[in-house]
Amino acid sequence: MDWMTDYYSVAPLLSKVHETLRTAMGEKATLALEGVALVIGLILVYAVLAIVLIYMERRVCAAFQCRIGPNRVGGKGGLLQVPADVVKILTKEIIRLNRADHLLYELAPFFVIAGSFISFACLPWHKGAPLLDYEVGIMLVLAASGLGVLGILMAGWSSNSKYAVIGAMRSGAMMISYELSMGIVVIAVVALSGTMSISGIVESQEHLWNLFRGHILTVIAFFIYLISGNAEANRGPFDLAEAEQELTAGYHTEYSGMHFGFFYLAEYLNLFITAGISTTLFLGGWMPLHIPGLESLNMVLDAIPGVIWFVGKTFAVVFLLMWIRWSFPRLRIDQVQTLEWKYLMPLSLVLMMATVVCKVYGWVF
Amino acid sequence: MAEENNRLVTCCPQDVLKKVCPDAKVEGMDADGNMVTGAAAETVWLVPCDEIESISQVLKEKAGMDFLRDLMGTDEGEGRTGVYYFMERTSDGVNIILKAVAQEWMPSVTAVWQAALLKEREVYDFFGLKFLNHPDMRRLFLREDWHGWPLRKDYIPDERDDAPGNEKNTDVTVCFRKKPNGDVEAEHNVLFEDGDFVVNIGPQHPSTHGVLRMRTAIEGETVKKVDPILGYIHRGIEKLSEKRDYRQALAMTDRLDYLSAHHNRHALCLCVEKAAGIEVPERAQCIRTMMDELQRINSHLLFYSCLAMDMGALTPFFYGFREREMILEILEETTGGRLIQNYYKYGGVQADIQPDFLEKVRAFTKRMRDVIKDYDNILTKNVIAQNRLMSVGFLSKEDAISIGTTGGTGRATGWANDVRKRHPYAWYDRVDFKEVVYSHGDSFDRYKVRMDEILVSCDILDQLADMMPEGAFCAKTPAIIKLPAGVYTAAVEASRGEFGVCIVSDGGKSPVRIHFRSTGLPLVQAMDTVCRGGKIADLVAIGGTLDFVIPDIDR
Repeated sequence: MDWMTDYYSVAPLLSKVHETLRTAMGEKATLALEGVALVIGLILVYAVLAIVLIYMERRVCAAFQCRIGPNRVGGKGGLLQVPADVVKILTKEIIRLNRADHLLYELAPFFVIAGSFISFACLPWHKGAPLLDYEVGIMLVLAASGLGVLGILMAGWSSNSKYAVIGAMRSGAMMISYELSMGIVVIAVVALSGTMSISGIVESQEHLWNLFRGHILTVIAFFIYLISGNAEANRGPFDLAEAEQELTAGYHTEYSGMHFGFFYLAEYLNLFITAGISTTLFLGGWMPLHIPGLESLNMVLDAIPGVIWFVGKTFAVVFLLMWIRWSFPRLRIDQVQTLEWKYLMPLSLVLMMATVVCKVYGWVF
Repeated sequence: MAEENNRLVTCCPQDVLKKVCPDAKVEGMDADGNMVTGAAAETVWLVPCDEIESISQVLKEKAGMDFLRDLMGTDEGEGRTGVYYFMERTSDGVNIILKAVAQEWMPSVTAVWQAALLKEREVYDFFGLKFLNHPDMRRLFLREDWHGWPLRKDYIPDERDDAPGNEKNTDVTVCFRKKPNGDVEAEHNVLFEDGDFVVNIGPQHPSTHGVLRMRTAIEGETVKKVDPILGYIHRGIEKLSEKRDYRQALAMTDRLDYLSAHHNRHALCLCVEKAAGIEVPERAQCIRTMMDELQRINSHLLFYSCLAMDMGALTPFFYGFREREMILEILEETTGGRLIQNYYKYGGVQADIQPDFLEKVRAFTKRMRDVIKDYDNILTKNVIAQNRLMSVGFLSKEDAISIGTTGGTGRATGWANDVRKRHPYAWYDRVDFKEVVYSHGDSFDRYKVRMDEILVSCDILDQLADMMPEGAFCAKTPAIIKLPAGVYTAAVEASRGEFGVCIVSDGGKSPVRIHFRSTGLPLVQAMDTVCRGGKIADLVAIGGTLDFVIPDIDR
């Protein structure tokens, strides 16, 4: 069994590279080089994923809307449409507003992108390849997503535009509220797994994914997490912060060029992160599907590398979120708050207590 | 209550008028008591301008004239302005037309009917006649710094050297009151306080359905006041028509409400045909009725699409457009146009229908009935959509009648105001159809009225497709149409309410004054009443359910 699971582990390769570099360059230089390489690699993956997600969204929503979607640029599938859009947005002018608060205005997109980037770095891509793996890893993810709220509030406030202020206030009120139920649900999972480190949570699901471990409780928790995560990512039906029909573009009304691009990028990556974290918490991260009692099937499933499991599961959740987005109308601000404070939060509190009780008495699988 | 209603139905408004104002006389009567106007001309009662407010009040209370269909100004020469009041009793559709002429001041009837609020501003804007006791005497369509009164006959377009700059909007308006000694003093009415957080929604905004601008005072997310600013697409169609003959005037009607292009044109055709005594062949009548209904479905599908989009649901938007495309293809094959169709003409229609027109219409109605279930599944039954629409944006029946919000908006409040039933025209008296009326007056009812009307229109189309007679599609008409002197009116049920035409003719080949009753103007006026206390998101959704189209408001 063990050799199978470890077959695709990148840890030996990484330590070998590390050893080689250390003997050649010394400890400090190696660490610095590795750090730089890692960050560059992450940025590349981040950017490529954004392109993939935008392309996916356009094709998926076209399918829902009886349309074809992009199909001209770059051959039959319109594969180069999004890269072409990226080039366009990179070359667009960044307009300097007359009476904006320039420091905050120009800092805001970086806050948003930094928040999503830190969360992104916490994702468990593969066995033995944790990038940021602390003992309290999941708390880091929650904290980093708070950075995004700050960026959005800064953007709305500094733009000196009424639409932007309303959008930012909506976003602030909504994200802070939904972080509550999100955090409580995460605590329930942490109680179930017995650890807060992301790799630990994944490994605790070796025998069975968390989704199936806590009877109906974790299934509900999964959906609460998806709803709150969707709200955190400012995506429909919770996209009232940028509600095009009401506020033209909400908090990023006044942004242009790549500054706007950062918000756009962060939105899609936040979608991926929401899906990725919910995969980690409920669907076993990179852990292949293991069904107790069916050892031979489990061995076959183990033959598929963890990174494919992770990306596959994450994209399945992404598809689910896109499905929701393109089917539902937008909620109103008071309905959003009602949903959170009157339904989701009490429900998640009850859920957390019940999970803890189940865990203590060993009623979980 | 029932007894009182019966009394209202039986009493004749003319009798009431003669009782309250013995001076009232019929316009266009010569010294011997013979009419000099055309046979089909409307009876217009001239009343002294000082008494108009009290007469209106009595007519509303005693004769039940609760619906001010329209209010029109005319240039009477020597700086005088005439104002026509078209009143109707909603219980049985009895009409009366009053006219008052004033030099400078006219008492306002806003206290009697809210509908006068914007319409008197329009008269002021075009003719310079000021209304006493009107709470908000601003221009309506033109800029606040505009010079002159453009619909006066002696108006010369102002040739100023300074190009107009940014328009400043005043936060304080004037209200003129007459003191007991006869002097007029200006009172100030504050629209927006200094501390109000005023957001401009429009003129360039995704969900104002055109270039409408609403200055909206909000407190947090709650709407405190909506002040619509109109005129961004004002083209002066009424003024342009005065310089053209009747045939040429017809070309501009399609450009009013482009989603009711056929209806608008139908109204003008009806009015001129009635005045000139042109007989329209049966086949043309049937074609017109069918085209009207296709146009109505077309507009209601767009309503569905845009309402869904206003609420942030983009997928239903494409559903609506998919079926609308079928209608546009049917229309295009026969008329050659998709938006602006130029199809009706005096005496009939431009061209006969395509040979497969009836088949395609039948195929369309069949598909529409099937596919409307999908519409319901994705939007009507959606829990978020229901929460966004139900119990939101109430409009009472009294307000609806007083403001004059005809069409689906009025019918959602329980006011049966369908012109097709009230004053049948074309072939509407030959088909069997139900008038859709709901009673709550909230956004959801306004939405349901339109969705049900799609099916009703499908029924009408199916019936007419079986009834289409053979024969000529157009009567022979003189090359130049001249209308006998007099006032002529006609009204049709357009996609979003009663669209009326009023022509004042002096016997010449072009009208002295032509006025279109905008279907959207009362709807925009209702925005303030309906949206107050709601959220910003409600404002957008309510705008979607009221379903106004701006070119028709601005004209």
